This record gives sequence, structure tokens and C-alpha cells, in this order.
Amino acid sequence: MGELLTVALFWSTIRTSTPLILAALGGMFSERAGVINIALEGMMLAGAFTAAAVTHAVGNPIVGLAAGMAAGALVGAIHAVACITYKADQVVTGTAINIIMIGMPAFLSGAFFLSSGSTPQIPKDNLLPWAPIYIAFALVPIAWYVLYKTPFGLRLRSVGENPEAADAAGVSVSRMQYAGVLLSGALAGIGGAYLSIGQSSLFTRNMTSGRGFIALAALIFGKWRPVQTLLACLLFGFTEAVSTQMQGVMKLPSGADIPVQFVHMVPYLLTIIVLAGFIGSSRPPQALGIPYQKER
Amino acid sequence: MIFLRQLLFPLIAVIAAFIVGGILILLIGDNPIEAYRLLLGSALSWPDGIGYTLFYATPLIFTGLAVLVAFRCGLLNIGAEGQLYVGAFATAWVGISLAGMSAWFLVPLCFLAAIVAGGAWGAIPGILKARFGSHEVINTIMLNFIAVALCSYFTQYHYKNPGPIMETTAIGSGAHVARLGKFIPGLPERIPVNLAFLIALLCCLLVYLFLWRTKWGYELRATGSNPSAAEYGGISIRKQIIIAMTISGSLAGMVGINEVLGYRYRYYDGFSDNYGFTGIAVALLGRNHPVGVIVAALLFAVLQRGGIHVDGFSEYVTKDIVQVLQGTIILFVAAEAFFSGSFSKFGLLKRAKV
Repeated sequence: MGELLTVALFWSTIRTSTPLILAALGGMFSERAGVINIALEGMMLAGAFTAAAVTHAVGNPIVGLAAGMAAGALVGAIHAVACITYKADQVVTGTAINIIMIGMPAFLSGAFFLSSGSTPQIPKDNLLPWAPIYIAFALVPIAWYVLYKTPFGLRLRSVGENPEAADAAGVSVSRMQYAGVLLSGALAGIGGAYLSIGQSSLFTRNMTSGRGFIALAALIFGKWRPVQTLLACLLFGFTEAVSTQMQGVMKLPSGADIPVQFVHMVPYLLTIIVLAGFIGSSRPPQALGIPYQKER
Repeated sequence: MIFLRQLLFPLIAVIAAFIVGGILILLIGDNPIEAYRLLLGSALSWPDGIGYTLFYATPLIFTGLAVLVAFRCGLLNIGAEGQLYVGAFATAWVGISLAGMSAWFLVPLCFLAAIVAGGAWGAIPGILKARFGSHEVINTIMLNFIAVALCSYFTQYHYKNPGPIMETTAIGSGAHVARLGKFIPGLPERIPVNLAFLIALLCCLLVYLFLWRTKWGYELRATGSNPSAAEYGGISIRKQIIIAMTISGSLAGMVGINEVLGYRYRYYDGFSDNYGFTGIAVALLGRNHPVGVIVAALLFAVLQRGGIHVDGFSEYVTKDIVQVLQGTIILFVAAEAFFSGSFSKFGLLKRAKV
């Protein structure tokens, strides 16, 4: 019994972490370039809906996954145009995108599928339960390599830390930021696609239910670094797995159930604690959130 | 003239959002004019349309004011959502615990509970920022989720009304806040608009007087517009941050008065229809001025009311168009430079340069 539970918990942790890893790594590319991305939630929703709708229409989940990725990137493009080209407040824009993306998939499903916000069921053979997991875990070393070992990564980080210096060195600040935000949208889109055509078999209204924010929390908890972010995602995925797998199985010494709400709070509490500097220090990229105004 | 210029930009943003929404409606093969007629027209009927619109506007005025006060201090409070949950639960808790008390004591105590609990929840990110320098945006996001989980825990494990619905038992009848239908002939009492609407308007006046007519308000605004100059002038920025976030949280917490004391007479888990986030839109569209907040809250309330009609009477368009419109309005207001071509970092706070 105990062993079975451990195995179940392990796989459950892998599954719950996958969308978090994808979105958090996406967020990393955006934030390391200096653009706050609280729109991860909206990007995931776009990816989840598009992947399910396209898979349903075409019957091929690979095409669906690609479409979900593209939809995420498209939402990223909206964020990028508003924040980088028009220097809108990044947090406000992110909030706007999240609000739009609560409504948009439901609006489109209502029109296309005459449903109250969900897509039709996709047959089991047309789902992708494994590919996004492989992509997520493979992306961690790739992201690390890109960020720390390539000229692109160096430029991206320099733009997030000191855009004036990067600009003076001939790096196009806005181009790097666009790249970061578009990448973040694409990755969050895959993360969302996993929810609808990997873990589940359809899109339902607001199906991310805050995972974009947990991914953001993991990114901060992981101090904006790929490997630490992976560990944070696994930790937060584990808490979610515990709260679903262990419900009614694990009891407090008094014999009462562990309230699921307290397990849900763990990622958020940990993020507040680490951000306040109680567990080491979590320093955001220096120029995070400041629109870059080119000197004339 | 300045007034007109203030008005012009938000108006353009709203119109632009409606055009985007109209194109979307066309794309899904429906008639945008008909959809907008349903969306806007239904709010003008008496008494249901107007009554419900005022009812929906009430929480948005509170959250809009909450965001405004923080914004004037240079802070972005995206935690109104959590603060209003905590305020609503606290007011329900007092209403349930002291159910037998006379209305003369119970109503003020319930008000106090909403204000204090919301304020305390708002103060947390304020203190964290003042003490540790951690960013209020991240902390308020995290606190939103913690607030929802906490309220849901207390509802489920300690105050649950038996049955399948996640709600608490009813508050004492002494805690009820009168519906406006009691005073206005022709407005039936089944329409939940209640005295909280008038309290919201009063709060607009109080916020205005506080920010623009008192020394404390001046210090708060000075911190927002130029922190280093304010500090040089002897204002403690840390203190202002905590004060602003506390007031902001209190205002958000007062949503509980409308929801719990005036409408459902109990705490209902997950009641908020994104009021906290829509508050950001209300404050921005209202140009961070109390009068603007009232106008913007009414507009969003009209949309919310109309959404229900669109759902019922149009073939393809669902009420979800409302969220798309709201989000698009925020996007356009935020990207002001998209229209005006000029931008300063806090262009949202300053006079329109259109």
C-alpha cells in the first residue's frame, strides 16, 4: 500500500509539475530580459484552448500542440507590443491579458461549439500524455545552456540587468525583450496545451486555475534560475499531488483530515517568505519592470 | 477644458475596445450592433436594469477606490481580490457569531470587521514592502490565493451551512443592511442594490477629501509622485506605503458589506466575479480620480448586467464578451502611448496629453 502510494505520488508529481515547469521557464526568459510576466496564466489558457480546439478539428495532437504554442506566442506578442513598443505598465498589461483570456476561450467555444465554455471531448488516441512531459524536462538543461552559454542568453540577461549598457554595446534592447516575451508565451502555451490534450481530454473554462501564478511563484522561489526553478516546480507540483492523491489517506494525529486548503497555500506562502529574504535572498533582474527609454 | 481632456482619452480607449469586440463578434458570424444593443440597452430599463447595474457597480467602486489609493502612493495593489474575500468573510463571521445582537450594535460591528480585516490583509504586503523591500505585486498575488484558501477552509470546516453549496450559515437578521427598494417607490426589494451603494459613494467623497484636502493625503500623494523628494521633505516613505496599503485593503474589504450584509446574508465561497481585478480597470479608466471611478464602475456594471442578456438572447455571443471587452479596455488605457504617441513612465497618473 505504502509503496503503491509512493509510486502514484511520484508520477502525479511529474504530471502536476510539467505545466509549471514549462510556464516558469517561459516566464524566466521574459523576466530575465526585464519584462514582468504575470500574463503566464493567460498565455497558458490560450495554449490550452487552442490545442484542444485544433486537435478536435484536425484530429492530430501534434498539430494541436503546435497551435497551442503559437497561440501562447501570439498572446506574448500582445504583451510585447503593449509593454515594449508602447511602454505600457507591464503589470497592468499582464492583468488585462489575464482578464481577456478568461473570457476569450469561453467566448470562442460558445460560438464554435455552442457550449458554455468548454471544447468537445477528444478521443483518447488523439491525446499527448507524454510528449509535453519530455519537452518540459528536456527544456531545463536547454534553457540553462541557452541562458548561460550562448551569446543570445548573455544579451538577454544583460538587457534585463542593465539595458543602458547593453544598448551601448550594440544590443537591441527591444529585440531581445521581444524574443524573451515571445518565448515565454510559446512555452506557457505548451504548458497550457499539456493541461487540455495531455492531462485531460478537453478544454474547460478557466482550466489553468491559477497555475500560471504558481509558475510565477516557482520562478521567484527558484531565484530566476533554470535548475532552481525546476526544483521549485517539483516542490509545488508535489504539494498539489499530495493534496489530490493524499486526500482522505493521510490524517492528522488527531484522526482528522488535513484540510486541502492548507496544502494549496504552501507555494504562495513559501514565495512570500523567500521574497522577504528569509531563505537566502531572491534578487530579481535589476531592470525588471522598467520600460527602457532609448537615449536620444 | 482640462476636464474634457481628461475625458477624451478614456473615451477613445473604450471605443477602441468596442471596435475590437465588434470585429470579434463579426468573425464568429454574429451581429455586433445587435449584441451591443443587448449589452448596453438592458441596463437602462427600470427597475431591473438600473437596479442591478447599481448593485454591480457597488463592489467595483470599492475596489476601484482601493486600487486608486494605492496607485496614488505609487503602488499597484492587485490584491484587492484577496482583501475583499477576507473582509467579506470577517463581516460574515461577526454577523454569525453575534447573531442575537441588536442591529444598532451589530451593523457597526460588521462594518468594522470588513474594514479592519480588509485593511489588515492589505497591510501585510505594505509591511513586507516597507520592511523587506519585497515587491507588492508578487506579494498581493500570493496573498490573493492564500485569502481564498483561508476563507474556503473556515467556510468548509467551521461555519458551513449543511448542503452541497459551499457557503456559511446565515448571519443574524440584525446585521442585514437595508435594500434601496425599501426607500424608493417602484424599486422592488428583490433587487439586491442596498445601502452599500450609498456607502460606496460616500467613500468616494471621503477618499477625495483625504487625498486632496488633508496633510496625510498630501504626504501619500507626494510619496507616489516623487518618492525621493518626499523623503527629502521629511516624509517617511515606509510609513506611507503601509498607510496606503491599509486604506486600500479597507476599501476592498468593504465589498463584504454589499455582498454579505446587503445581498446574500451569508458568506458564499468564491463569490467575487473578479471584482478585485476589474477594480484595476475601473481605477485606470477613471484616471485614478474618485469621480472617474464612479463613472468607470457604472460602465463596467452596465456591461456585467448586459452580459446576462447577451447570453440569453443572442445566438452565438456569450457573456464572456464582457471580460474580453474589459480586458481590452485596460490594455488600451495602459498602452496610452498607442494613441497619444507620447509617454512618460507614470503617464497614467498625469494629465492626458491627447
